[in-house]
Amino acid sequence: MQALEKLTAENLTLERGGRELFRALGFRARAGEVVSVEGPNGAGKTSLLRLLAGFLQQSSGTIALTTSDQSEISEAEERGIHVGWFGHHDGVKTQLTPYETLEFFSRFYGVAGDSAAALEDVGLARARDLPAQYLSAGQKKRVALARLKLSARPLWLLDEPLASLDAAGKALAAQFISDHCKAGGIAIAATHEPLGIECTKLVLGGEQ
Amino acid sequence: MFKYANPTRFMELSGLVLPWFAAAAAILIAAGLYLGFTAPPDYQQGDTVRIMFIHVPAATMAMAVYGLMALASLIGLVNRHPLADIAAREAAPLGALFTALALITGSLWGKPMWGTYWVWDARLTSFLILLFLYLGYIALWNAIEDETRAARAAAILALVGAVDVVIVKYSVEWWSTLHQGESIFRMGGPLIASVFLWPLFAMMLGYGFLFAALWIVRIRTEILNRRSRSLLRAGA
Amino acid sequence: MTPFLALVARDMRLATRAGGSAMLALAFFAAMAAIVPLGVGADLRLLARIAGGVLWVAAVLAALLSLDRLFQLDFDDGSLDAIALGPLSLESVSAAKILAHWLTTGLPLTLLSPVLALLFDLPAQGYVPLVVSLAVGTPSVSAIGAIGAGLTLAVRRGGLILPLLVMPLIVPAVIFGSGAVLAAIDGLPSAAMGLLAAFSLGAVLLSPFATAAALRLNLAA
Repeated sequence: MQALEKLTAENLTLERGGRELFRALGFRARAGEVVSVEGPNGAGKTSLLRLLAGFLQQSSGTIALTTSDQSEISEAEERGIHVGWFGHHDGVKTQLTPYETLEFFSRFYGVAGDSAAALEDVGLARARDLPAQYLSAGQKKRVALARLKLSARPLWLLDEPLASLDAAGKALAAQFISDHCKAGGIAIAATHEPLGIECTKLVLGGEQ
Repeated sequence: MFKYANPTRFMELSGLVLPWFAAAAAILIAAGLYLGFTAPPDYQQGDTVRIMFIHVPAATMAMAVYGLMALASLIGLVNRHPLADIAAREAAPLGALFTALALITGSLWGKPMWGTYWVWDARLTSFLILLFLYLGYIALWNAIEDETRAARAAAILALVGAVDVVIVKYSVEWWSTLHQGESIFRMGGPLIASVFLWPLFAMMLGYGFLFAALWIVRIRTEILNRRSRSLLRAGA
Repeated sequence: MTPFLALVARDMRLATRAGGSAMLALAFFAAMAAIVPLGVGADLRLLARIAGGVLWVAAVLAALLSLDRLFQLDFDDGSLDAIALGPLSLESVSAAKILAHWLTTGLPLTLLSPVLALLFDLPAQGYVPLVVSLAVGTPSVSAIGAIGAGLTLAVRRGGLILPLLVMPLIVPAVIFGSGAVLAAIDGLPSAAMGLLAAFSLGAVLLSPFATAAALRLNLAA
């Protein structure tokens, strides 16, 4: 994993369907920092994450990643390979077992991770060979969490990471995020619930 | 060029030229029809040759409009210009209409010529497929709610279709020789008599102006629609 | 295993699992071929002449049936987001998906076609052209269909509009493919196979770019 030093967003404006979601938004996240993005429904939290991941294009402003060797990445599609994505949809195929899903992603991402160990870490060791259609929504979220960790990407973007997880699951997710950042990663999480770890707050849509 | 592509500027300019285009279309088509119906009957085809004055310009427009639509789509895709998106979208139903007109008049012509309303002739078959290309384009536009996304998706389809339609035309010509010997339908060739040439020429130009006038009206309507929608949204 | 092959292998595994599209497409292909003689009558001379055309049309329809799922399921469950952030460009992702679709649809249909041709009493000299034309031509169906599947991602019930978009674009493959079979049973020399190969090659080379553009558009949703 190529370590990142910081993520800098300056003067970001994003329009969707003729509506301005936010204007002149700026923030910075350094290695080791957790940013929690807060705001009412429709304030553009998910859109901000998709923008940072490179799926959306800002109307104006810049997003730059600075790697640990001081090179700057500002092209949207080049950001992608630094992003660990934990979206609202879990990305777990119901026909595949959790183990198969993780094996695919570790091969696809070209990382040498131990899928079985990753499943153990999220408490799914016993469900590893069960097709995911038999898993609950919370268990599938745990698989997604295991994939996020396996992906070994420095910039984690998380959309409601605590949603549909039980108390132990929430604690696990928070632990993962905090471990990731202690190891020098950056995490940006859109959330309604407090993450329960130390983080910088970024509030969207509050001031208008 | 993009100086004039600003919607407000477009509304002013198009408002000025629209009545002239409409008048030109009316005069040219009236003249073309008059000349066409007073021309002597063809020594082989008799009075049925007069269908040509409706059919040939419609067929030409059907193809030309697809070209314009693809061009507008390309500009919309590359320059992200909403006016180009609107222009492409509003050209499609007109192109589909010209295609349908070419098909109907072609088959009406076919009845006295071939004794049947439909022959799987290379030209007719190509136009049938062109009609489906238009219908698919229109359906895709209408199926996607978000305007920008609909415009981009439809533009990609129009460009893929523009590349493909050339191959389709070639393949259909190849197919018709495989299945029925040489093509039967030959018209509008260089051997046409000059008594037919003038009305045909007038009709071609008339159709061109008619399309331009209808296209402008449709684009203006869509611009006004979008303005009223954004006003309503701002008021909500 | 390279990322490209990993994606191909995963899609093939999904298509061949229970509820996957591969078996459904095959069954649909066979059912289509079986119902045509019931519609047009059991005159074997007629059936022999239309065999190539019927099997080609049935193959295109069977492939279209499964194309609707090419990206839709991955789009709906969020897998496509995670795949888009992988090391492959969306062009390569599209190419991998097209290849996997062909391997699980076009190729099995091709292999089944001579069995179905028996039902149509296809003359002996027609079998090789039938199988070769399907082998050479069905990649273009997967490739052009992928563009349609990408474009209709944003459409609820996109499966309904997909055939309308793809049908006119795929006309040359049907013409050259069935033409090659017909020319062979008539003992005529024909350029059809070469033209089909050229069309298919063009479609396979260009489609990933158009498909990727369509995916990009829908990932921005």
